[in-house]
Amino acid sequence: MLKYIGRRILLLLPVLIGVSFIVFTLMYITPGDPAAMQLGEQATEREILQLREQMGLDDPFIVQYGRFARGVFTQMDFGRSYRTNALVFNELLSRFPTTLTLAATGVIVAVVIGIPVGIISATKQYSLFDNSAMMFALLGVSMPNFFQGLVAILIFSVGLGWFPSSGYATPMHMILPALTIGTSSAAMITRMTRSSMLEVIRQDYIRTARAKGQKESKVINRHALKNALIPVVTVIGLQFGYLLGGAVLTETVFSINGIGLLMVNSIRMRDLPMVQGGVLFIALTFSVINLAVDILYGFIDPRIKAQYK
Amino acid sequence: MSSNNESSVNKDLMENKGKVKAKEKTRDDAVVKNYQSQTEIHSHPGTIEPEGFDVKAVVPEKRKSQWAEVWRRLIKNKAAIAGMIVILILLLTAIFADFIAPYHYATQNLENTRVAPNAENWFGTDNFGRDIFSRVVYGSRISIQVGFIAVGVAMIVGGILGSVSGYYSGRVDNVIMRLMDVLLAIPGILLAIAIAAALGPGLVNVMIAVGIASIPRYARIVRASVLSLRDQEFVEAARAVGANDFRIITKYILPNCMAPIIVQGTLGVAEAILSAAGLSFIGLGIQPPIPEWGAMLSTARVYIRDAWWMSIFPGVAIMITIFGLNLLGDGLRDALDPRLKG
Amino acid sequence: MAKELLKVKNLSIQYNTDEGVVRAVDNMTFEIGVGETIGIVGETGAGKTTTALGIMQLVPNPPGKIVQGEIFFKGEDILKKNEEGMRKIRGNQISMIFQDPMTSLNPVMTTEEQIAEVILLHQNVSQKEAMEKARDMIETVGIPRERGKEYPHQFSGGMRQRIVIAIALACNPELLIADEPTTALDVTIQAQVLKLMKRLKDEFETSMIMITHDLGVVANICDKVAIMYTGYVVEYAKVRDLFENPLHPYTQGLFGSIPNIEEDDARLKPIKGLMPDPTEIPEGCPFNPRCPKVMDICRSVVPERVEVEDGHFVNCHLYPAEQYER
Repeated sequence: MLKYIGRRILLLLPVLIGVSFIVFTLMYITPGDPAAMQLGEQATEREILQLREQMGLDDPFIVQYGRFARGVFTQMDFGRSYRTNALVFNELLSRFPTTLTLAATGVIVAVVIGIPVGIISATKQYSLFDNSAMMFALLGVSMPNFFQGLVAILIFSVGLGWFPSSGYATPMHMILPALTIGTSSAAMITRMTRSSMLEVIRQDYIRTARAKGQKESKVINRHALKNALIPVVTVIGLQFGYLLGGAVLTETVFSINGIGLLMVNSIRMRDLPMVQGGVLFIALTFSVINLAVDILYGFIDPRIKAQYK
Repeated sequence: MSSNNESSVNKDLMENKGKVKAKEKTRDDAVVKNYQSQTEIHSHPGTIEPEGFDVKAVVPEKRKSQWAEVWRRLIKNKAAIAGMIVILILLLTAIFADFIAPYHYATQNLENTRVAPNAENWFGTDNFGRDIFSRVVYGSRISIQVGFIAVGVAMIVGGILGSVSGYYSGRVDNVIMRLMDVLLAIPGILLAIAIAAALGPGLVNVMIAVGIASIPRYARIVRASVLSLRDQEFVEAARAVGANDFRIITKYILPNCMAPIIVQGTLGVAEAILSAAGLSFIGLGIQPPIPEWGAMLSTARVYIRDAWWMSIFPGVAIMITIFGLNLLGDGLRDALDPRLKG
Repeated sequence: MAKELLKVKNLSIQYNTDEGVVRAVDNMTFEIGVGETIGIVGETGAGKTTTALGIMQLVPNPPGKIVQGEIFFKGEDILKKNEEGMRKIRGNQISMIFQDPMTSLNPVMTTEEQIAEVILLHQNVSQKEAMEKARDMIETVGIPRERGKEYPHQFSGGMRQRIVIAIALACNPELLIADEPTTALDVTIQAQVLKLMKRLKDEFETSMIMITHDLGVVANICDKVAIMYTGYVVEYAKVRDLFENPLHPYTQGLFGSIPNIEEDDARLKPIKGLMPDPTEIPEGCPFNPRCPKVMDICRSVVPERVEVEDGHFVNCHLYPAEQYER
């Protein structure tokens, strides 16, 4: 098992280096002179040239990337904000808990709703429950998060006045955003659980279990569920990443001061190191989550476990 | 979206398809045709004949082409029909926007701002007094363009990468697929945002951003299909008669792995429209006064307390569009792989 | 004849599909005595597996449905039993072995757990005893008991089928239904598994329904045989009678499809044509489009079951009922 985990982590490294390269390249090709941007409009030609020199902006592309990558991977140095000169990494880290808790609560809501509904739907295929659950799920998948957020604000804050519509000060603030992203992820997980479950229920070993005289409820819980959940776990991992990425949108809707909102503002201000750092940071987190999912797989699925014994 | 299981399912599907099609394909070969006509001469009642060549005589129904069969299953599916109707209405709206919309999308009327829906302005007006109904109608053009062009480009690029990767395997495959892994390591919407941030706002840039972000998905699907078909007999047969690689890929392999690509494409258009709306929502996409649904929502957010109609109508437009595409995509998947329906 | 164990009477099962109603099993009648083995033979799609699932009452519903008939097991009509009553029979008194060992075991459970499960369900034993018995069973089917801790993917096809057999026999059932138990296996392994089944069947004094398309298997281990075609039993007899004197043209055709070393005929005589589409069974005798001895009556009237000689039944107009009435 350790070998498996070790291998996974080793595979992760080149991917992360690749991600850092892509992110760096994107910011590199962005028009505008970082030195001029940092100095503001009154800066003289001379000052700008000086700063360019200082920042190493005249070095070849690959040298600049090398410097950036070394900083990121050896010292967690994501550079400094052009605007506030604060360390990007510290800025990101201070907002990370907000973004992470939001995504995590969303995933929890999604799992709590999605998996049971998916299972019931699959076991009662084409029933009224199944049909309506699937209708809702498809609607949920079709509704953009940010629109759903607006509707939630309209109904529950503006209309009913139950929850605050923006900010992230108290648990009350968390409910609407978490429900918003949670329900749309739940839609995805419901669909996935159902189709995975339907696939598994048709397998021969389910028939074997029934032929043993096993109760239907146990056939589902003991035999079908574990097999069906294997692909669902992947989707949960992907949803987590999707929510972290989508934080940019949800945090904008609810004015939550997480990494997402920070990035949106940084894009507006053309604060490139911050944008670059944000994308890289979230990609890192996403990769770590995927790693965790892979490792979890190893525990659930003996076929994977056995490969690394 | 739910890529994992779907792709495994798709793989199964393809393997089956490959087998079925493999038979049909070889039959198209001239040599085989000759052989077939010989066996047909033999197949009078009473003569001995190898089993399996008389399929036509006994079950003529089964000779219907694969796609006709898929189409038949598709139009039996009410949800898929509903999806098609939604898409059709959307297309018509986009084409005839000039006739449907009562006003031009940019016509301002500053004495008539943020008016609630009424007989004059069905969906109300926005903060510049522009008619929201007209803007929603014109907005369909943008969404359709972004959706179809971005996905089209992603499909072509991803398709080429995937087929090269799957067909040649080895080092080329390794390099391409590791690159795709890297792209997939960044959540799609975030990658699109990063690209859009680098390129700057604008319709074309949105398409590029959304398109690039969805390339890996098509590359993976096509690669998996090509891998499963590469060593099938009908491909070997083509190789044996001297077809070159390009011809083998385009004439023999790709036509046989269209099914999962079409399904993914339909769902992909939905996702592309969503992403584009998201980009515009945070100010990275289409710029005013062009009426993009996501951008309209972005403005509406500020006025949510006193002009609900500004957010509801564009939002519902996005939702119905995506809903329609998803219905159609689901229907297509079921029609292409009836096994899944149980 | 031995004491009757199972009697299937006029059993009909149909599937309602998008393409139409499929009568998978039509008016099936046969019986098995204690310790007897009956073979059910037919092409793929003839309704053999559906018959087996029908006895177990595991026909997937929807789309499948038992539309008529009775199944007497030890004198009691088990079709009248409720789900719970049936559960006590499945795996305990009637067991089933499935065709494809690669897919019929749960991939995420160890093999001994899967055997212990059926023991725990039907016997009043502790978890520990059940596991111990499961390991005993693993040994009985010729696998070292330590390997019970392994998962199905660590076994070969033949070994997995042994595990499936162990599950089926763990509770010492009175009736074992084997649905093409060797079809998915390599030829050499087939012989081993068949031998094992024969040995265990004798050891456990189990009656057996052997579903197969292989007449060699039938000759080897069956006492009686029913030949099925498109859901109908066309001929039903003791194995000896059937092999010596096949009556139905379809049965004769089946024998014509096997190479015979003794005869000096260079060519096989396969049955011409293919099985009809299950939704479009021809009128009259279902075999009529392919039958070399077809008569006018075959195209309109479904032949009745006729007892041509003692215990040898056939459904064919070549053997009119009046002629053989006794």
